[in-house]
Amino acid sequence: MFYREAGQFKTSYAADMAIFPIRQDRIAMLLLLAFAFAGVPLLAAFHVPPFNSEYLLRAIILPFLILSLAAIGVNVLIGYCGQVSLGSGAFMAIGAYSAYKFNTGIPGLWLPPLPTLASILLGGLMASIAGIVFGIPSLRIKGLYLSVATLAAQFFFDWLFLRVKWFTNYAPSGSVSAPELSFFGLTVASPVEKYLLALTFVCVFALGAKNLARGNLGRQWMAIRDMDIAAELIGIRPLAAKLSAFAVSSFIIGVAGALWAFVYLGSWEPLAFNIDRSLQLLFMVIIGGLGTILGSFLGAAFILLLPIALSQLPAAVGLKISTATITHLEFIIFGSLICFLLIKEPLGFARLWQIGKEKLRLWPFPY
Amino acid sequence: MSEPKSAPAEALLSLENISLSFGGLKAVSDVSFDIRKGEIRAIIGPNGAGKTSMLNCINGFYHPQQGRITFKGRTRKSMRPHEAARGGIARTFQNVALFKGMTTLDNIMTGRALRMKRGVLWQLLRAGPALREEIEHRRFCEEIIDFLEIEHIRKTPVGKLPYGLQKRVELGRALAMEPDLLLLDEPMAGMNLEEKQDMSRFILDVNRRDGTTIALIEHDMGVVMDISDRVVVLEYGRKIADGVPADVQGNQKVIDAYLGVPR
Repeated sequence: MFYREAGQFKTSYAADMAIFPIRQDRIAMLLLLAFAFAGVPLLAAFHVPPFNSEYLLRAIILPFLILSLAAIGVNVLIGYCGQVSLGSGAFMAIGAYSAYKFNTGIPGLWLPPLPTLASILLGGLMASIAGIVFGIPSLRIKGLYLSVATLAAQFFFDWLFLRVKWFTNYAPSGSVSAPELSFFGLTVASPVEKYLLALTFVCVFALGAKNLARGNLGRQWMAIRDMDIAAELIGIRPLAAKLSAFAVSSFIIGVAGALWAFVYLGSWEPLAFNIDRSLQLLFMVIIGGLGTILGSFLGAAFILLLPIALSQLPAAVGLKISTATITHLEFIIFGSLICFLLIKEPLGFARLWQIGKEKLRLWPFPY
Repeated sequence: MSEPKSAPAEALLSLENISLSFGGLKAVSDVSFDIRKGEIRAIIGPNGAGKTSMLNCINGFYHPQQGRITFKGRTRKSMRPHEAARGGIARTFQNVALFKGMTTLDNIMTGRALRMKRGVLWQLLRAGPALREEIEHRRFCEEIIDFLEIEHIRKTPVGKLPYGLQKRVELGRALAMEPDLLLLDEPMAGMNLEEKQDMSRFILDVNRRDGTTIALIEHDMGVVMDISDRVVVLEYGRKIADGVPADVQGNQKVIDAYLGVPR
């Protein structure tokens, strides 16, 4: 009823190529951004439930945002360029440990401690370089075999950060703590500030990724994904397209890893970035929708929030079930939901969303 | 339909003594012919005659063991496919090779990939020069879409399109490259009469309006004889005839190759 495009004529290619060509989408997005940037902090400041609890911001929204960012990175590689990688956790770890090293200074290279923002971005850059190196096999091997090769990255960096004490500044416990977060003189410490920081990063990177994906580079990635031989015959160099996807993807994942360590965890050890993390990101991207930025958010929300919701549900409706049973139920329901979704809609939530929008254009009329 | 060109134009591409084999199987042996600037050159022959292998040699997908390929005055033994694309050779495939997950428009826009020069940072911002470039190429692609009469499927993922339209989109993608030489591998396979007429019209328009040189493989003899300027006939990897359609039609070797020889 309200979601009609009738009467919205586009008179220029720029208008047709806009990120949200439909007016209602633009308004909805603006409202969402306004709520996220201004509404949530205000509600938290005036202690309006549910935003008065630190728990919601610190333990639910913050990890959701950062993992969405990582999922965007994974989606660039797997969804847009079709190169299946199981090393995302490793690239997060590279981002985190490099940012830590840059932030605490590297005397061996005469590097003074760098500011937080520079450290995080340089962490992304390091992950990007590692991504390119581990992306080189993709020129020869494809599909499952490539994913096994990226698995090597995962195990190698797990080992490296655990065994080479230099990365942890010789911390006896092997775990390191993030230094104080400060950006241009502003200190980020409270949950609301951390939330705003993560939100800013996510918005900027999501916009950048979307722009790349719908530009020339993104089309080259998708061409390689859909039919690499035809892509080569129209002049796309597989080397450049694949490695640029690895570089961009790993950069985003590296930044997400640095944020995960600095902003969410605070102190961490290599276990935080093990193979489980890689698989979690892979599932997010598959369930959310391969080759869509929106899917990264939806997938992250599903994987992260549903277990929490499921564990809260029995108590909320007044059922008395033991915590052990709840945990088992959670696994059962979660697993079956994933199976159900992938059978009913293999293209994930983003596709469901799109179908819903198309249906909504006509609703409530039959045609 | 087509009149023979009065003065023989210079050769855009010439193939000399091309031989290609896969292990013990000789796909092409000692074939030479040329493609003149501005003509429609048909390559015909029974199944397995080596026609597609020939196209694959031309655009660098196969590397012939022997022979030389001269394109635009540059002679080389073999080249990489993306080098051929840069040189101005575009092609379509026997089995449609589109990017199935992308829309018609995006598929055609990939044909412009080589001509889009803005760096990653501009693309990241999608503003200023990058946006202007994107719009300029969009305009070019829209003209192709108009020409091929596929406006209505502009934003449909090509995987969902019927075969005839996919063939048309594939031609659009090749045209977006503004090629000097367009290789068409069975552009009319599996089409009905009307679709064939449309496709013939597009091919002739491209050839006459833009002056694009075209080499095509086709099994529909009516179409081949109608639209091509010169025809080369292959059989078992060897050239058995080469000339204007009328000559080829009357050639006894060609008739034997197609109809078989009574023993």
